Amino acid sequence: MKKTLLAVAILGMLTGSAFAQAPNFDDPAEFAKQREQLTATFNGPADQPYLQYAGDAMVDTTEFKKEGPWTVCFSNAGVNNPWRVVGYTNMTEEVKLHPEIGTFTHVDAEGSDDKQIADIDDLLAGGNCDALIVSPNSTAALTPAVEKACAAGLPVIVFDRGVTTDCPVTFVHPVGGYGFGIQAADHIIANVPAGGNVLMLRILPGVDVLETRASGARNMFAEAGLTVLGEEFTDGDNAKTKSIVEDYLQRGTIDAVWMDAGATAVAAVEAFEDQGVDIPVVTGEDQQDYLQKWRDLGFKGIAPTYPSYQWRTAVIAAVNTLKGEQVPGPEWVLPQPAITQDVLDQYINEKMPPLHYAMCGCEDMETYPEAWGGTK
Amino acid sequence: MTEQTAARPEVSRRRLPGVNPVYVLVVALLLAIFIMNPAFGEPTGYMNFLKRVAALAILSGGALYVIVSGGFDLSVGSTMTLTLTVIGSSMLASNDPNSTYWIIPLMLGIGLVVGLINGLVVSYLKVPSLIATLGMMITLNGVAFMWSGGAPRGYLPDTFRFFGRFNISDVPLIGILPVAVICLVVFGTILWWGMHRTNYGRMLHAIGDNPQAARLAGVPVQRVRISAFVVSALTAVLAGVILGGRGGVSVDIGSGYELQAITAAVIGGAQLLGGRGSVPATIAGALALEAIFTLLNLIGLAQPVRLVVQGLILIGAVALATYQRKRAGR
Repeated sequence: MKKTLLAVAILGMLTGSAFAQAPNFDDPAEFAKQREQLTATFNGPADQPYLQYAGDAMVDTTEFKKEGPWTVCFSNAGVNNPWRVVGYTNMTEEVKLHPEIGTFTHVDAEGSDDKQIADIDDLLAGGNCDALIVSPNSTAALTPAVEKACAAGLPVIVFDRGVTTDCPVTFVHPVGGYGFGIQAADHIIANVPAGGNVLMLRILPGVDVLETRASGARNMFAEAGLTVLGEEFTDGDNAKTKSIVEDYLQRGTIDAVWMDAGATAVAAVEAFEDQGVDIPVVTGEDQQDYLQKWRDLGFKGIAPTYPSYQWRTAVIAAVNTLKGEQVPGPEWVLPQPAITQDVLDQYINEKMPPLHYAMCGCEDMETYPEAWGGTK
Repeated sequence: MTEQTAARPEVSRRRLPGVNPVYVLVVALLLAIFIMNPAFGEPTGYMNFLKRVAALAILSGGALYVIVSGGFDLSVGSTMTLTLTVIGSSMLASNDPNSTYWIIPLMLGIGLVVGLINGLVVSYLKVPSLIATLGMMITLNGVAFMWSGGAPRGYLPDTFRFFGRFNISDVPLIGILPVAVICLVVFGTILWWGMHRTNYGRMLHAIGDNPQAARLAGVPVQRVRISAFVVSALTAVLAGVILGGRGGVSVDIGSGYELQAITAAVIGGAQLLGGRGSVPATIAGALALEAIFTLLNLIGLAQPVRLVVQGLILIGAVALATYQRKRAGR
């Protein structure tokens, strides 16, 4: 009896503390802000989305002005998924455009917080970096490391996932996770009658940019009177995704599939295709295989994006900082367009690999498409 | 482990106390699915289920060869990854449908090499199979990643996906017949025959049960052991072809399958340290694994609860099987 009580108490403490530590992934204010930014007008050249920014706030960087050639260091969370592969290619190609960058040092944390913290320590200890770009593996764990780099007097540029300190020169990111969720959910709500069934497919729990995609969409479905059949984690595995959708199909009709990331969207579409069922609304992302499937089968798709051109922007921000030019900040918010039916064809390129992310902002570079694995 | 002298009579004694509990488990799970969802009784229902399970079932059947011989093969998942993402799709970037006819033999060739290396390292360098194949798994994953650069470079052509995706329609009685199910029956039969109807199969059991005794009895222990790893690697490639055909290719396709295959074998009553195991029961074990997944999905439990239940059922099933064996005098 005592043991049971103790166990329950410990369990309660564990879950209690887990809740206490859980960051807030359902923030109405942030949701509203991102909703507004989705349709806002961005400053900067219209044909170069990677140079655009929301708002007018600029950061003065004269204190970091330095004669070239510079050594720009980059601490990368990892190149462990196709989106990051495309992004990293964008980055290395962007670096080639700046002769002032003498050396570009890339350290890959392979998806580990610990390794990334050590990486940043090593870079600082080496003393060769003139600027540090960080793509953090996780928010809380990397904050002290970024603060340390700032304290060492380095200009720091953070992009993709954030950190909870404002010491970096700027934090480059697209509108955000809520925005992604909103674009997909809006499309579903517009195309599915009230009372329809939505299946939410997610990669994995616990990642801020993915959690916010889901929480925003979940609230919107509830408001619109749509039934969420379930929220399933696919681990980004095609076979598992297909099995999950098949099982849900056996239980009843599915009017829409909402996805927090597009890598397995084609597998979800195929589940309907192979069962001989009409393909409902299936949302995806801007990778080629989904865009082409969408065009070929003609279902009601939409591809919200988390544009990989932000990898270019991070380099540009570092270059401008070292030149002492003003940089949008403390947050450089990039546009985050969704690919809709009207513009679908202009993003399809069959010469690119299936998991190439079309919203790469890289078509204007000389090495495109070969450097991204495509053919002319 | 101690009664190798009585190997012959035990076969009949094992059959007598009743059927292997894995079959009871599978039937119960399938019945439960059917009750939850009568559409499962339709050919599209159960055929889709079999289609889904085909890759894991074939893989487990092959993995059983290594388990019965007294080893583990942790490299099967990464063999699938390597052959699929690198050879299957990256080298097929041209997406030429005709290349399937030489690409699958090439994949099998690579599987053969992987299996040989595993076997040679375990047999001659005396590295425990757990470590040898773990090392192989890490190496292959690295090679696959290096080659693919983190993203598949091409699609699998439809000719390649035929084995995992295509259904033969208008079949009398059952309506549809997925090609994957035919593959399952064919390869399942071959694996069953090899293990239970040949002298080779008996030697495999013998070296897993007691390698010293087997060697003294004239079994070529090294060669049999190496061949077990080769069988395992080849079935990994075949399972990979079906898996890739079913869902399409992703960067880490196949990861995690090594443990599922071992789990399926254990649910099927295989002894982890070798000497006992049955191909049909292992295939039933794979069916049970997939059925648990499907059933819990149908019940509609939230995913975290489902993982807990899944884990408990697994432990329970193996504990029950072990208990039954004990009672039956094994």
